[in-house]
Amino acid sequence: MADLVKFTINGQELEAPAGMLVIEAAKQNGIEIPSFCYYEGYSLQAACRMCLVEVEKMPKMQVACTLQVGAGMVIRTETDQVQAARKSTLEFLLTNHPLDCPVCDKGGECELQDMVFRYGAGESRYTETKIHVDEQQWSPVVFYDAPRCILCFRCVRACDEGMGVSALGVVNRGAMSLIAPNKGDHLECDECGQCIDICPVGALTSGAYRYQTRPWEMEHVGTICTHCSDGCKTTLGVRNDEIVRGNNRDRSGVNGEFLCIKGRYAFDFSESTERLQSPMIRVNGKLEEVSWSKALDTIAKKFAEVKAKGGKFGVIGSNQTTNEENYYLQKFARQGLGTNNIDHQRTGDVVTLVDALSGTTGRLAKTADFYESQAVLVIGADLAVEHPFLAFQIRANFRHHEAHVYAVTADTVREDLVATRSVRATRGEELASLEALREALAAEKNLVIVFGDSIKGDKVRSLVAFGETLGIPVSYCALVDYSNSRGAIDMGLVAELNPGYHASGAAGASIDEMLAANDLAALWVVGSNPLQHTKLAASRAFVVVQDLFLTETAQRADVVLPSASAYEKNGTVTNGCGEVQRLKRASATMGTKTDLEIIGLIAKEMGLAPLMGPWLPETVYAEIRKSVKGYDIPLPLVTIGAQQTAPVNGRVGVDSRPDLIRSSHDNLFTSGTLGRYSTVLNSVIEGRQSR
Amino acid sequence: MTFSPELEARFEKFLTKYPADRKRSAVIPMLVYAQDETEAITQELIEEVAKRCGVTPLQVEEVVGFYSMLHKKPQGKYHVQICTNISCLLVGGAELWEQATKKTGIGHKQNSADGRISLEEVECIGACSWAPAVQINYDFYHFVTPGQLDKLLDGLAAGKKPEEITEVQKVSC
Repeated sequence: MADLVKFTINGQELEAPAGMLVIEAAKQNGIEIPSFCYYEGYSLQAACRMCLVEVEKMPKMQVACTLQVGAGMVIRTETDQVQAARKSTLEFLLTNHPLDCPVCDKGGECELQDMVFRYGAGESRYTETKIHVDEQQWSPVVFYDAPRCILCFRCVRACDEGMGVSALGVVNRGAMSLIAPNKGDHLECDECGQCIDICPVGALTSGAYRYQTRPWEMEHVGTICTHCSDGCKTTLGVRNDEIVRGNNRDRSGVNGEFLCIKGRYAFDFSESTERLQSPMIRVNGKLEEVSWSKALDTIAKKFAEVKAKGGKFGVIGSNQTTNEENYYLQKFARQGLGTNNIDHQRTGDVVTLVDALSGTTGRLAKTADFYESQAVLVIGADLAVEHPFLAFQIRANFRHHEAHVYAVTADTVREDLVATRSVRATRGEELASLEALREALAAEKNLVIVFGDSIKGDKVRSLVAFGETLGIPVSYCALVDYSNSRGAIDMGLVAELNPGYHASGAAGASIDEMLAANDLAALWVVGSNPLQHTKLAASRAFVVVQDLFLTETAQRADVVLPSASAYEKNGTVTNGCGEVQRLKRASATMGTKTDLEIIGLIAKEMGLAPLMGPWLPETVYAEIRKSVKGYDIPLPLVTIGAQQTAPVNGRVGVDSRPDLIRSSHDNLFTSGTLGRYSTVLNSVIEGRQSR
Repeated sequence: MTFSPELEARFEKFLTKYPADRKRSAVIPMLVYAQDETEAITQELIEEVAKRCGVTPLQVEEVVGFYSMLHKKPQGKYHVQICTNISCLLVGGAELWEQATKKTGIGHKQNSADGRISLEEVECIGACSWAPAVQINYDFYHFVTPGQLDKLLDGLAAGKKPEEITEVQKVSC
């Protein structure tokens, strides 16, 4: 860190590292200098002139967003001259601004509105006719209202630097300047909506939210995105039990304000008209709606019957249900039903990684490491497409810390743009290319290695062995697919492991084996769609499915129970980096119940309630804390932010079944079965092109 | 997209003139000379220049939109540019401009029906010492009088080349 220098702002004696921008130094000390174009983390623009300040011995006012603090500087940020300058700047910005605040989406949370309110540019000396340009729709997600634009270029930089997409530009000059999309009249990009959220005014608005509500009419519920495993916090704007907006402007959560299209807009599956809202039972070959009590009673009787006869159960859990639900489900399966046939769709080899790292601590990469580490090695994964937030972290790391990025992938990836070395290697054969990188990697200060599902089983061990011989601190991340894929493994939703990576010591069938077993008597599927591409061999098996939608699996079910989505429940989920975060209920769909409650009710119906304990997320989490190593974090800590869990640092001692590990390689516009029910994901052209 | 061998050679020079990682510096000169050959800046040209300079088409589009001497509409064969900035204005630039529009019946950035003449009211063209100044394509005319402007416009309209209008002396740059 640079030496501290002393200076004063508004008479306050302050200290900051030499070279720090005045606007940042002021902010650190609680002094706000207004700005539109300055945005921390992105390149400097000095376009808006809002941040003018007086500096003693400088003849003119200076822009605080590009001026660096120096020893003895005397800065004044709220003098009459400064206020007059800001007022004039605002008057200038409003020259062509339509002042349509009453109908503008941004009204109430608009930075321009706030500034005009503060500095009072209520009258204008401009009498010329305002230049009007009609609003444009650039994609189902992005709308542009040129007259409102104040040309701060935040959106251009966010797209260019933050996303590495460069889909936005500025055409024309002066008062005629316009933000323009990359394809003439429309956008082809990630459709992430970063440009919309970063817009200080209502120039860029989102197709999902525009003209839906006024900002102050919403409640804001911070929860975790239920799509990929990056675990981004999304703050849902809820009005009348309906989610109308997703963003993370308060920068809470591991992701700061980053969100991709899924976190920002793909909450809409939750309000799909295809949601199941009543339990159904198969009568004469057709599913008919019944009451909850009838459905639960049928399941309990049948399960008890199968259990009494010693019939074969199969239990398939989900990659998206909460830790509490996963824990509760495996407990019910193992202790309640007496079966060890429990599994979920495995998407990454965390088990072998944890085993290979036994005896070490702190070697699993945290989300923050992708931003802070000196070097990142990406193996066999297209991060920008499959794990957009990790890719965003890496780009920011490159921008801010000149991090060295190494990409060993089959095809070109966006990381190539910032990579020190990019190596193309056949999928599955990536490790063969590593020796060539050894010298460069060993010269780094520290390293994060992140790998996809092509590295599994012994390959994970080879990779860790390689990393351990580099002689530098290395941390690892095994990529998994969905919001709680990691939690599913941690909670023992696999036959060979009990919660906390303890070998179960009992034989149990995998999904593939369950589906192929002719003698399966009952199959219980919670939030998963294993029959999407596979047929169930046991034609007479009694199938219970808990899901949001009538999936292929639900269509085969004998009893279907409508479950609540991740945005409709409380609980915790664990992201790909092992960070536990809390889900908070944002809305509700009539007729549904959370999976935790459903499992609890089945247990109660079977008389197993005393064994299972209450189906409250807090109670179950308390049990998880006690029995799962690494989860002994107080719930309040999880509530305020992500806490990394650290599983066993001893041997796991089971075969991780690499043959069962298959990532579905969902891209930005798909999200397993769930993605099919998101209107937004299906409406953007990039989504259609990528399918 | 292919260009004449001369232009290709010129492009070659531009691309080697700037540091290897600053190929985008060649965007402006490439566009300026290419538009003379292609008459206007087409989408195809934008994409070609973007490809050659290693930038996105949108980044080229930004440059085209910013600079007034880059034009997407074909201009007349003779592009008559009349300066009305301060030095020329003081000595009759505005009157020259008015005269030109009246005489030709066309306005700012418009073309005559036969496509021979286009007019543009330009900002300072750096000929203040010889104001009022007029520029036709790449050639300058100094201390232009209303009479000379008449002769120039009449001559061009009658099908003459600027160099054939001997009454008015041009200054090549």
